[in-house]
Amino acid sequence: MKRLFVSLILLIVAVPAWAEIDIQKVTSEKGITAWLVEEHSIPFTALELRFRGGTSLDEPGKRGATNLMAALLEEGAGDLDAREFARRKEELAASFGYGASDDSVSVSAKFLSENRDEALALLRTTLMEPRFDEDALERVRAQVISGLMSDAKDPNTIAGNAFSEMAFGDHPYGSSGDGTIETVTSLTREDIQTAFDNVFALDRIYVSAVGDITPEELSALLDELVGDLPETGAPMPGPANVAITGGNTIVDFDTPQSVAVFGQTGMARENDDFFAAYVMNQILGAGGFESRLMTEVREKRGLTYGVYSYLAPKTWGPIYVGRVSSSNDRIAEAVQVIRDEWSKLSEEGVTQKELDDAKTYLTGAYPLQFDGNGQIASILVSMQVNGLPIDYVTTRNAKMEAVTLEDVNRVAREFLDPENLHVVVVGKPEGMEATAGN
Amino acid sequence: MLRHLAPLAAVFALVAPAFGETAEEPVTTYTLDNGMEVVVVEDHRAPVVQQMVWYRAGSADETRGVSGVAHFLEHLLFKATDNLESGEFSEVVAANGGEDNAFTSYDYTAYYQRVAADRLELMMEMESDRMKNLRLSESDILTERDVILEERNQRTDNNPRSLFAEQMNAAQFLNHRYGTPVIGWRHEMETLSLEDALSFYGTYYSPNNAILVVSGDVVPEEVLALAEQYYGVIPANPDLPERIRTTEPPQTAARRLTYKDARVAQPYVSRSYLAPERDPGDQERAAALTVLAEMLGGGTTSFLAEKLQFDNPTAVWTGAFYSGKALDKTTFDMIIVPSDGVSLSEAEAALDEALAAFMERGVDMEQLERIKMQLRASQIYARDNVDGIGQRYGSALAIGLTVQDVQDWPDVLQAVTADDIMQAARDLFREESSVTGWLMRDTEVTQ
Repeated sequence: MKRLFVSLILLIVAVPAWAEIDIQKVTSEKGITAWLVEEHSIPFTALELRFRGGTSLDEPGKRGATNLMAALLEEGAGDLDAREFARRKEELAASFGYGASDDSVSVSAKFLSENRDEALALLRTTLMEPRFDEDALERVRAQVISGLMSDAKDPNTIAGNAFSEMAFGDHPYGSSGDGTIETVTSLTREDIQTAFDNVFALDRIYVSAVGDITPEELSALLDELVGDLPETGAPMPGPANVAITGGNTIVDFDTPQSVAVFGQTGMARENDDFFAAYVMNQILGAGGFESRLMTEVREKRGLTYGVYSYLAPKTWGPIYVGRVSSSNDRIAEAVQVIRDEWSKLSEEGVTQKELDDAKTYLTGAYPLQFDGNGQIASILVSMQVNGLPIDYVTTRNAKMEAVTLEDVNRVAREFLDPENLHVVVVGKPEGMEATAGN
Repeated sequence: MLRHLAPLAAVFALVAPAFGETAEEPVTTYTLDNGMEVVVVEDHRAPVVQQMVWYRAGSADETRGVSGVAHFLEHLLFKATDNLESGEFSEVVAANGGEDNAFTSYDYTAYYQRVAADRLELMMEMESDRMKNLRLSESDILTERDVILEERNQRTDNNPRSLFAEQMNAAQFLNHRYGTPVIGWRHEMETLSLEDALSFYGTYYSPNNAILVVSGDVVPEEVLALAEQYYGVIPANPDLPERIRTTEPPQTAARRLTYKDARVAQPYVSRSYLAPERDPGDQERAAALTVLAEMLGGGTTSFLAEKLQFDNPTAVWTGAFYSGKALDKTTFDMIIVPSDGVSLSEAEAALDEALAAFMERGVDMEQLERIKMQLRASQIYARDNVDGIGQRYGSALAIGLTVQDVQDWPDVLQAVTADDIMQAARDLFREESSVTGWLMRDTEVTQ
């Protein structure tokens, strides 16, 4: 390797400057806690609420209810119908976002300091007095169904849904949280109200705020905003029986480029080996050009534009998955290269240099994530949902540094399971056969 | 066209609104002796820096027959130079805990790194190296050409909405390269050669055709010193061609097209009009169109949503899009996604009726005030988006706007009047300069 850049070698060992963020824990009079970073230089605040459970709380036969409910929260609340609500929000220049995923429902708000009280009063109505008007329900239902129709012809979504069904079976994780055209069509206003009652409760709430707000102000805000929510919501769904076995599933779909989702059983975040597995994945398939999968599938062979893998430590059933897309006549080769890399890593492990490079990247890139109030609020609330301590931000890199070559190679050997790496391909793949039984 | 895999663009996010511009940041500008422009934007909240180098060369600067070469070259800039092995650039950035990427558009190609502020010199050393010292091999060409073809598969050929949008653009522009996709037409991409890439590189990659934008925890004088050390020593290209493009003739015939594809689940109607762009010192019309797009199709309270989704529901979704950030004439786009049971021809008629009703009624002053309030607030929110600052200045300067234009933009938007909006709308909605497209299931019968 030519190295005219002498300075490189020196710089590589240096640890990047660390962005200091001071996280405070705030507890309101009613006992609601939040993590706060005060940042008074820009006159607005980002507030992030997260409620555990998410679309996995859908009742039997009501798949899609939580998703539709979340989409309806800003379609009228309190005295305001959908249009009046939207106009009011625009007058305040506030932004409210509501999202539903497998494991949580999120509420993301940004509001200006100059009209904070009015913005919060409006936000409060969506959580305390949602209307779920019939006309809004029908309008948004039609939008969701339009999306589901498109999903049914989108190879990326087809592949993801097929993999989830294969991996999780009857557990809520096994089907799309958006529901099906049939279930969404049959949802009633009562179903939406039930989904709301299931989700919004104090036994599952996590809060963070970043921006132009003091601990005292945040404390009062918490009680005002969510203090009147009920104590308990619906029971959690319970663990999934993750049963991923080797082989290929092929979903026939007429499109020029096949989309593949590949994966195996994953690892819970609480597992002592999670950091080692995280570093291992950085080397195998995390985004960026340095990963083995990117090098072998894209850089050396030109088989794809992108290939990546990631640990998905879902609450009720972790998986380890990735994606690749290649034209129909080349997908078989791409999948074979991925399978070979899975086996090779499992058998031979990684080198000291790969480990060092991955750790330098992971520790150096970590502070770059803390770049904006909304972004930091989102990170802080995720940390709470995942049960991480409040000083995690300052200890995380040390934990990453502590991962040894032995750790990574043991995890590669024990955790990676090339025999049970399953691949779902959507397209018209040439030279690939579905495995019997799939 | 990002070199990395990025999440697929949202279905209807055709053009991002040009909001969020602000004059709040401390900006310092220099011009090096070789003509390279330098823009430094200070933000000391975190010890992070972003370096971007923008070349005033995009797909619309390509010669005919080699569509996609600007984007192809962008990929190839991560291969070997005289001083770095193939792939070493990104390897070094990653080994320093940084992130890097690049993207190509019609009017520019840009490269950037985000990294701890004390690594700026190393980034400049490497970025300046590849401005001139690229060493490509035939095998680079063959492999990377396969990669861009797979990128086209993924972004375009696997997605009927993208294929439809490509056809709409091709129909809109009769004589301008904006009608050719940035990623290229497949049959031309398949024949792109080493020679094609090097020709584009030799013509356009030089300091007098580049803008350096450094934003973050930096001191302007120090950035200037480094820029002089690394970029200042590269000679200007005396043969840099003047940026003159073929222009559109008067558009005198409305165009219509239908695109049918078995993979279409949700048919819709798309309408575009040829529209003016932001020009240096002359941004008023673009500002009026920016507000018009928001007024017509910017969400629940917009005119099209009111008419077509609430008052007389015929659409699942409507939208209007415009961004004036282009070197030459651009487009103003609208979409109507019909409700179940509403045909495309009924949807199109409903859209036209709604537009006529808007022209009849004029501007709702309360709505205009709400939009302006949001524009003011977006300046505050934009200050929080550190990543967006370099993008905002670089993309403006690359199309000939000045730092002053960027900083004036929020005031120009605030100054837009109801009369400005209606005049801009009257100038815009000429049937002769429009394209109307129907995206259809391949089984559907044209009414």
